[in-house]
Amino acid sequence: MIQAFAFYLFATLMIASGAITILARNPVHSVLWLILAFFNAAGLMVLVGAEFIAMLLIIVYVGAVAVLFLFVVMMLDIDFAELRAGFVNNFPLGFVLAVVLLAELVLGVGAYRAGALPLGVADGSGAAAAGLSNTAAIGALLYSRYLFLFEAAGVILLVAMIGAIVLTHRQRSGVRGQNISKQVARRPEDATINVQPEVGKGVSL
Amino acid sequence: MTAFFQSLGLSYEWAWGISTICGILLIALPLMLGVAMIIYADRKIWAAMALRRGPNVVGPLGLLQSFADGLKVFLQETIIPSAANKGLFLIAPIITFTVALMAWAVIPFNSGAVLADVNVGLLYVLAISSLGVYGVVIAGWSSNSKYPFFSAMRASAQMISYEVSIGFILICVVLWAGSFNLNAIVHAQKDHVWIINGFVANPLLFPMWVMFLISGMAETARAPFDLTEAESELVAGYQTEYSSMSFALYWLGEYANVLLMCALNATLFWGGWLPPLDIPVLYLVPGFVWLLLKILFFFFVFSWVKATVPRYRYDQLMRLGWKVFLPVSLLFVFVISGYLMATGHFA
Repeated sequence: MIQAFAFYLFATLMIASGAITILARNPVHSVLWLILAFFNAAGLMVLVGAEFIAMLLIIVYVGAVAVLFLFVVMMLDIDFAELRAGFVNNFPLGFVLAVVLLAELVLGVGAYRAGALPLGVADGSGAAAAGLSNTAAIGALLYSRYLFLFEAAGVILLVAMIGAIVLTHRQRSGVRGQNISKQVARRPEDATINVQPEVGKGVSL
Repeated sequence: MTAFFQSLGLSYEWAWGISTICGILLIALPLMLGVAMIIYADRKIWAAMALRRGPNVVGPLGLLQSFADGLKVFLQETIIPSAANKGLFLIAPIITFTVALMAWAVIPFNSGAVLADVNVGLLYVLAISSLGVYGVVIAGWSSNSKYPFFSAMRASAQMISYEVSIGFILICVVLWAGSFNLNAIVHAQKDHVWIINGFVANPLLFPMWVMFLISGMAETARAPFDLTEAESELVAGYQTEYSSMSFALYWLGEYANVLLMCALNATLFWGGWLPPLDIPVLYLVPGFVWLLLKILFFFFVFSWVKATVPRYRYDQLMRLGWKVFLPVSLLFVFVISGYLMATGHFA
């Protein structure tokens, strides 16, 4: 009973918040509804026994990606009239994309129901190998069977990250950077002198 | 506890629901009381280090000061700026406060005395602590005022920066303990070095603890990293437009977060509910007393730092996170996993 109640709660909230994400007029509200959708997706994953994926979803998407997303959207000054103006021009492209997405969804569900995809069962009983937490099960699979793909994905991400830094890095002239080790190494004797000037003579600086 | 309620003749669902609610109350109510007292303690410690008296008027030794403050803010009027985004403006402090309480669900108070004994407890803590930033960001944006907005920008950058190194530090602990479950991590610390209970005695993990302590201060935006509410630059940061209970919720949430960081320090590196030394006599003291003593000790350290260290500049904060902690913690992940592989720890 608890599982069924939780499932319908999470599922309803997820679909609703997903819909409001698209319908909300304010982009910041959209991002916040998207975060709520992520949350409910994580709840559903906990229900089927995939707690590791659920936590990763929250840490990666809610904790990092969506924060940056919110960061960018909050700073944008979006003009909605301008956005709406392109609606008619972009409609065919959007429609094609929607049809493709729908077809993929139907294909995916069809393949799953035909038994072509060994996804496990919805009640969570097939979630992890017996006697193994699903963290350990995923780890064992990732670092043995999919080792090459996993590491290749890591290398690609690293290249992308370095590329982004190189592309956006500007060498600015005339900036005085702070050299921490130099500052820490500085002793009072290097910086100050103690003088006792005669009256009326002054001090040379 | 579920079994107890089931023995009273309730069905499993009801027994589970009632015992969970009881567990939540058993954690949340003492925690709230603890937060009230810890605010008082913080002010007293700070005052003592500044050679002042601190709160000493309300109640004996000023012990009731926090409750008087609570009553005061409760009776004040809630002011919502007319340009603010009202819904989000009111939700933001509730998010901060709720998130600060949520992570306590997986902290073990004794062997088996934990509300939610989940396999991925540590990941849960990381996930929940990464949510804390939303309360601040939403407050900053919905206030529709420039200083709260700057504060929100700072908070999101700061918390993301330090979460990266905290993640690597936690991985070192998980590698050594072999589990994400916090209770299993505490058990793994028994007799870790000779008779000392705690990863902190390990020369490879001690630097990790130091970095975790400092990152914890940055993550909870405590001094010297309290740039989100730097009063000399940003009035009061994201709290500027808040008054009354919504302001109080930020206060309570902030201190509950600090207590959580102290509890994590104790649980991950200082043996949690285990006594400091593995001597049979020390086990006569219940586990939660040891945990409480460790939490209070770390809170004292947090207050001590707050009272003595000047605030960082923002670029220094970023430099420390990205150029010092990140490479060093990454290096330690390599060193520790290499050491564990070489010594056959996983075999």
